[in-house]
Amino acid sequence: MVKGIEKYGIPVVHICTVVPISRTIGANRIVPAVGIPYPLGDPTQGEDESRKIREKLVTRALKALETPVDEQTVFEKDEW
Amino acid sequence: MAAYKIVHYINQFFGGIGGEEMADYKPEVREEVIGPGLALKAGLGGDFEIAATVICGDNYFGENLDKATDTIIEMVKKYQPDVFVAGPAFNAGRYGVACGTICKAVEERLGIPVLSGMYEENPGADMFKQDVILVKTGNSAATMRKAVPKLVGLIKKMAAGEEILGPSIEGYLERGIRVNYFAEERGSERGIRMLVKKIKGEEFETDLPMPKFDRVSPAKAVEDMKAARIAVVTSGGIVPLGNPDHIESSNATKFGEYTVEGMDTMSKDDYMTIHGGYDRQFVLENPNLVIPLDVLREKEKNGEIGSLLPYFASTTGTGTATNSAARFGDEIGKKFIEEGVDAVILTST
Repeated sequence: MVKGIEKYGIPVVHICTVVPISRTIGANRIVPAVGIPYPLGDPTQGEDESRKIREKLVTRALKALETPVDEQTVFEKDEW
Repeated sequence: MAAYKIVHYINQFFGGIGGEEMADYKPEVREEVIGPGLALKAGLGGDFEIAATVICGDNYFGENLDKATDTIIEMVKKYQPDVFVAGPAFNAGRYGVACGTICKAVEERLGIPVLSGMYEENPGADMFKQDVILVKTGNSAATMRKAVPKLVGLIKKMAAGEEILGPSIEGYLERGIRVNYFAEERGSERGIRMLVKKIKGEEFETDLPMPKFDRVSPAKAVEDMKAARIAVVTSGGIVPLGNPDHIESSNATKFGEYTVEGMDTMSKDDYMTIHGGYDRQFVLENPNLVIPLDVLREKEKNGEIGSLLPYFASTTGTGTATNSAARFGDEIGKKFIEEGVDAVILTST
């Protein structure tokens, strides 16, 4: 789906848990998610912590969308 | 008397009835060997007899699938053949579909081994290659001579109850069926041998061909996020309570579009997940774990992003064919262009 949308020129960031799958299929901007049953957060750490994690990942994802890339890039850290 | 009996199905053209103008020809059975049947008979030799040939117009079959199938089944039943062969249809679409349909029905309803032949791009090929052995032919009847030996070989095996080997050996279309067998060597030994060949740069044959995925050039980065319209898409199977669009829990055939207008967060009173591939307890409690609406709304409010599209697109990723996903992406992409979406966050579990 990522490629189906991106071919129209709209940048897509894939927040996903199983990064190798996303790489193989060919997403260009990838942000690793936390866990399969909870990609954007970690409820095992309590709601507050989980939301903080979500905020961090979404911020990273938006940054990825603002970052020019030539090839597949996995955005694992917050270094801008 | 011949040891084995065949019944052969052909269309109005190969039956010598006529061309397009006779495509509505009703099923007829003749106790003769006709058209391509002559080549088959020659290849099969004295042990085989084509007891009957069924001729049916391609349009009649296509427009009366059930009736034509029932009629022909009755015709075939009478002869109790050892093998039923249809076509070959080459690239003729209606003919290919007819051959596939009647073969499948004969096998299911009469328990008789069946086969046909067609060009791999014949619409009938995709429809029936998994159910019926379809010999690979060229795209026109000019390639009949090449197709006949393959058909003959398979007919002989089917009649004698011999094992049919893989598609590349016998010359039929790949069915995507994995057949287990006991190899002489253990997998670990075969694997090491394959790896050594690969490292040496020598030819090796993989047991399972890996699919090739195309690439899309990275789209231009967003220049002004503060003015950008962001949309969310997910493969995490988020749907309104009750799944009104009946999106499948696995192998999705569609996607849905669901509103987040006026919502500051994803509530479990509005949304659920039907994804069959992960433990749903966390997301059912808090769908923001897949559609991060709470965070995105906040960013919209404090001006970090320009605006959020008032709906998100959602489907189930697990077990979904990559072709389906590509199609969803294409439809969603088109809509997003119309809606002025500048960038997309796509979440997957």
